[in-house]
Amino acid sequence: MAVTLAASNLAEYFESIDGISSGWALVLAAIVHVALLGAFFGLPAGIFIWTERKVSGRIQDRLGPTRTGGRFGWLQSLADGVKLIQKEDLAPQASDQMLFRLAPYIVVIASFMAFIMLPFADGWVAVSLDVGLFLILAILSLEVLGVILAGYSSGSKWALFGSMREAAQMVSYEIPMAICVLIPVVAAGSLNLGDIAQMQSGGIQNWLIFNDPFTFVGFFAYFTCATASCKRAPFDLAEAESELVAGFLTEYSGMRWSFFFLAEYASMFIVCGVAAILFLGGWHIGIPGLDPLNLGSSSAAMYFANLIGMVVFIAKASLLVFVQIWVRWTLPRLRIDQVMTTCLKYLVPISCFLFLGAICWPLMVSILDLPSLGRKPIAERLHESSVTSLDSAFEAGPDGRVVPPHENVNASDPIIAANQDREAINR
Amino acid sequence: MSAEQIHSGLFALFAIIACGAAIAVVMSQNIVRMAFWLVMSLGATAGLFFLLDADFVGATQLLVYVGGTVVLLIFGVMLTASGPYIRIRMSPAEGVLAGGIGILFLAMVYSTVGAVNWENVSSAASPSGLGAGVSEGFNASSQGNTTRPLGLAFIGLRPDRDLGADIHSPLSTGYLLPFEIVSVHLLVVLIGAAYLARAKRRSDTVEE
Repeated sequence: MAVTLAASNLAEYFESIDGISSGWALVLAAIVHVALLGAFFGLPAGIFIWTERKVSGRIQDRLGPTRTGGRFGWLQSLADGVKLIQKEDLAPQASDQMLFRLAPYIVVIASFMAFIMLPFADGWVAVSLDVGLFLILAILSLEVLGVILAGYSSGSKWALFGSMREAAQMVSYEIPMAICVLIPVVAAGSLNLGDIAQMQSGGIQNWLIFNDPFTFVGFFAYFTCATASCKRAPFDLAEAESELVAGFLTEYSGMRWSFFFLAEYASMFIVCGVAAILFLGGWHIGIPGLDPLNLGSSSAAMYFANLIGMVVFIAKASLLVFVQIWVRWTLPRLRIDQVMTTCLKYLVPISCFLFLGAICWPLMVSILDLPSLGRKPIAERLHESSVTSLDSAFEAGPDGRVVPPHENVNASDPIIAANQDREAINR
Repeated sequence: MSAEQIHSGLFALFAIIACGAAIAVVMSQNIVRMAFWLVMSLGATAGLFFLLDADFVGATQLLVYVGGTVVLLIFGVMLTASGPYIRIRMSPAEGVLAGGIGILFLAMVYSTVGAVNWENVSSAASPSGLGAGVSEGFNASSQGNTTRPLGLAFIGLRPDRDLGADIHSPLSTGYLLPFEIVSVHLLVVLIGAAYLARAKRRSDTVEE
């Protein structure tokens, strides 16, 4: 059996094992990817629900769950899940049965599909696309469809009002969110999430949030919009208990109800992961001496470095999720008109201004001759990272790499060459 | 089982979903269910685009049609509905008329698709085929991402054709002009929509 440990992706690895044809290799690779992503979809949801209970308890001067599964109540999410499975799966008589039963699946599928494009470490991504970020935004925008269908098909006024509010809010906040996402993209010059994270390697000053003042403010604008598009408090108008019972969730119970929450926590993780990649350096620690890439270029060392990178990335994303939970339990809920005013009168103009500023920033740097904090131009860093990743793909060959070498940015790429020329002129 | 068979199987799956859901749109009487089946059909079409390595077109299909247009459609239905679940009934004459138009359209598609010699096209697209030098940049399944060439073509650069070509030959044309025309067109539409939707003042308050 000739098993190579150095394959550029899982499908090639399975193909190198005797007795597996190319088709079955693809199927096996797909199964492994889906199983891993399913774990990343389900586990954070369970952990964040437990965190939410503990944090809300502490903020409200309570203890939160303490008994289930030992000292800290860490099995509480599992107990909740078992309870929800046992509940009767019912649909109200006034509802549109087919759409009522289908709506939770649309929401879950929309937030699960976004995980396909989310890289967890260098090359550890199910599908690496040049349009990865665009596709994540497109798929997250499908979630609103499930919400509308859930509210409409419930046959209840509370649900209809809740879903109308929710849909109006999610559709409006998508606009400033998409513009805010473009700010680091302008600085990075790529829509590929892996490339964007890779060019922030090195010190903390390389993170795109510190690239210019516009990306710094853009991070906070993005985080506000992301919180709102995940329908989290203070923007959780659709579930405003005092006004609307439970919004579009009013008629749901059991597993279908929990699917909505699974999707909510999963999309919280997605938007926070995107924030970590776009602004906070992705899987890089931020201290040049501690970069796990220093471990060496052997296959095992690269694997270990990627493992550390994944832990760092998940820690960053989880920290942002923790901030969302913290904000939820400390801020009062806004009114619906205040929510729409915040979005349309403040966040849209702010994000447009930041976007224009981010476009003009390279011009300002060259005209005013601002100090660049001892940092290399981004085009140069992109070039370096693409060269190193190409080298590693062809020579060292790290195992478990999911990105085929041709998907990396080529060193002879015309855009990078043009960028370098431009940077050279600027200097 | 080879990779090609999986590709064909996925194509069949997406094609069946797209066609079946399209038929369900026509057969269904509840207008929100129609919108749902339309989402299924358009989503499966996006899947076909991804299968063809047209990532950008697939993502745009999801964002514009599934996420945008259909959501607006449902919004419109929900805001204008007079009853809880509206039903649309067709008279037999309308059915015959629509069926006739559908069959004519099918005949047109069949004759157009049948007129193309697909053997030639597929050999020209493969690197070992006839037009290997010309179409090297187009073989998406071996090249991977298609977005970068697409974006470059939109700003008028065609490195996939011009790199390695004869230095005296003229540069290939991109799509900069159509792209700009479409952009200006969209801007006009946006300004027009903002003008139509603006808060209208009453004439008497203006005159005082």
